[in-house]
Formats: sequence, C-alpha cells, structure tokens
Amino acid sequence: MPDFSILTEYFDVYLEGFLNTIYASVLALLGSFALGTVLAVFRISSVKPLQWLGTVYVEFIRNIPLLLVVYLFYLSLPTIGITLNGFVSGTIGLTVYTAAFIAEAIRAGILSVSKGQSEAALSSGLTYVQTMRYVVLPQAIKIVIPPLSNQFINLVKNSSVLSVIAGLDLMYFGDRVASKTYATFDTYIFIAVFYLALTLPLSYAALRLERRLAKQG
Amino acid sequence: MDFANAFSSDNLLFILDGFYMTLKVAFISIVLSFILGSVVGAVRYMKLPVLSPALGLIVEVLRNLPLLLIIFFARFALPDIGIQLGPMNATIVALTLFEGAMISEIVRSGLNSIDKGQIEAARSSGLGYLQTLWHIVLPQGLRRMVPPLVSQFISLLKDTSLAVVISLPELMNQSKIVSAQNQNYVIPVLLLAAVLYFAVNYALSLVARRLEARIV
Repeated sequence: MPDFSILTEYFDVYLEGFLNTIYASVLALLGSFALGTVLAVFRISSVKPLQWLGTVYVEFIRNIPLLLVVYLFYLSLPTIGITLNGFVSGTIGLTVYTAAFIAEAIRAGILSVSKGQSEAALSSGLTYVQTMRYVVLPQAIKIVIPPLSNQFINLVKNSSVLSVIAGLDLMYFGDRVASKTYATFDTYIFIAVFYLALTLPLSYAALRLERRLAKQG
Repeated sequence: MDFANAFSSDNLLFILDGFYMTLKVAFISIVLSFILGSVVGAVRYMKLPVLSPALGLIVEVLRNLPLLLIIFFARFALPDIGIQLGPMNATIVALTLFEGAMISEIVRSGLNSIDKGQIEAARSSGLGYLQTLWHIVLPQGLRRMVPPLVSQFISLLKDTSLAVVISLPELMNQSKIVSAQNQNYVIPVLLLAAVLYFAVNYALSLVARRLEARIV
C-alpha cells in the first residue's frame, strides 16, 4: 500500500508541477499548431524554396529525438549569449518538435480532399475563400482532428523532458519529492497517477471524437 | 564554435562509443518489444476472459504514461521492491514495456482490420480457430502492420536518448559530456549527434516508405 502521507504532505509541490505541465503542454500545442499550419502550407505551396524549407524542417525534426531539440535550445543558445530558463527553452523545444508532426497531419488533411471537389465548387461559382470555407476545410478538419488530439496527448507525456533541464514540470517536482522522502517507489506511483489523470481522459475523449467523426463519414 | 577541437579523435571515439550503445540498446529493445507486443496484441485480439481485459488495462496505463517516468521507475523505484537494474537493463526493461504496449495496439488493430467474413469462411471450410489465425488472419494482418511498426521502431530509437537521465553511456549522454568540456563544443557536438540520429532514422523511414508502397 503506498504511503498516502507523502501525497498529503507534498500535495502543493505535486500540484505546482501538474499545473506547469498543463501550462507547457497548452502553450506548446498553440505554438506548434500555428507553426505546423505554416509549414503545411509551405509544403503544399507551388513556390519551390518554401516547399523545400517545409520538407527539410519536417524531415529533419521528425528524425531526431525531442531531447536533442530541447538541448539545442537549452545548451546551445547560452553559448551565443541567449540564456533561457528550463521551462521556456523546454516549451520552445516541445513546440518546434511537435510542429513537424502537426504539419504532416494538416498536410495529409488538406490533400485528402480531392481536387475535383474544389474545382467543382469553383466552377459552380463559389469564390476561392468560399470553396475553402464550405468545401475543403470542413472535410479536412475531420481528417486532422484525430491526429491532432493524439499529438496533444503526446505533448503532455513529452513535456516530462522538461524535468531533464529543471523545467519545473510534474516529473521535476515529483522527482524532488522522491529525493526528499527517499520513498521513491510511492512517490513515482503518485507522479504516474497525476499524469494518468491528464492523459486517460484525453485519450478517451480523443477516441470518442475519432469515432464520432468516422461515423459522420 | 570550434569544430576542429570538438571533433578531436578522442572526442569522436567517445561519441561513437555512445552511438554504438544507442544502436545496441535500440536493437535489443526492438526485438523484445516486438515479441512482447505481438503476444499481448494477439491475446487481446482473441478476447480471452480475464486475461485480455487485464492486459488491456496494463497497456492503457503504460501507453498513457511518459516514457521518462517509466525509465526513472525501472532504475530508481524497482530497488524498493528488491529488483536492482543497472542503467542498460533498466533502459531495456522500460523501453520494452512502453514500446511493447504501443506495438500491441498496432498488432491488435492490424488483426482487427481483417474482414470477419474471411474468418467465417475459413472456419466453415473446416479450419480450426488457431489455424484460421495462423493461415488467414496473421499473413494479411502482418502486411498492414509493417508501416506503423517501422515508425514505432524509429520512435524507439529516438526514445533511447531519454536514458540520459539514468546516465546510460549512449549517444545523447556522451555528446553532453563532450559538450560540457568547452562551451565552443556545444553546437558542433549537438549537430553531430543530430546527424547521427537523423541518418539512422531517415534510412529506416525510407525503408518504411518503400515497404508501404509495395504493400498498399
């Protein structure tokens, strides 16, 4: 039986980490959604240099570890005179990393709507904006939402790398409790429960959303 | 930035040692997690009483936890219940459990994607349940699993870098040690690590793409 007095005694510590984990995940989601959209548009644009830039970014970032991206911000920037704390550089690293995956999801969503549909919409008199708004985007969003919600769950889990660079997240504070109480096993179980309190409902919601969108066709 | 000194032969050998450790741990964990994931995925597909739902619960918990926590747990919490693992074994155990859970879902949905009509046809033409699984479901399911499996293996290789938190002497850890010698080494060394990770993963993803093109 885990020792619940650890949980009650250090609840504030856990809570601060828990809230910072949510904060970092939400910030990184918003940032990576914006950056990912830009990258997706770059990749499907007809301007070669933009296409090239989008492709290099996505392929490079997707194939290196998140921790390395985070280190690039946390360890390299100080050597050129920019010092960011763990939370900030960790959240930037998460954003830069996740944007590559979100860009791919958005690109796949837009490409999944067949060209014939937008051509038909345009020739039946809709403007380009109307075609996007009423024909392409409503269908693209159905393809994009399930992978996006999965990326958010990944973000919550991935935000634990902040602990490696003293990023004040749940893993970081939880680990501090472990080194204070020496009850490593119990402390880690409580950290796990806090993470699951976030990720399990999110996974369940993502699954339901995916099924509902699939049913709508 | 001092590329020449950062990449002295001593430093390079030290980093390449780490790269070898990364490949070794990744390879062992890929094999073990594939075996574990296949068994768990198959058992969940067969919907056995008690066992399947119990495994389902464990898979859901593992999948929804950060891998970093599982690595910490394997190294620092297991000794509390009498299991001592060194950095390498702890990393392999953590990766096998976490990626095994991920792979079991790939295997399960691969098997589920086979049309029920085929199973009924096989059964009514006289094949037993296991024969149907082995001759009808598995060969077709496996083919559909290959692309997501390869991307999971790429994730696994990237995830080995998290073992830096328990000081496993792999690529990330060795790069960090070298880069701490001199601040002019940081950017060259991190770039080298990025190139090494990229080279292996990109090669793997090209293989995945070719397989995908051939299968679909």
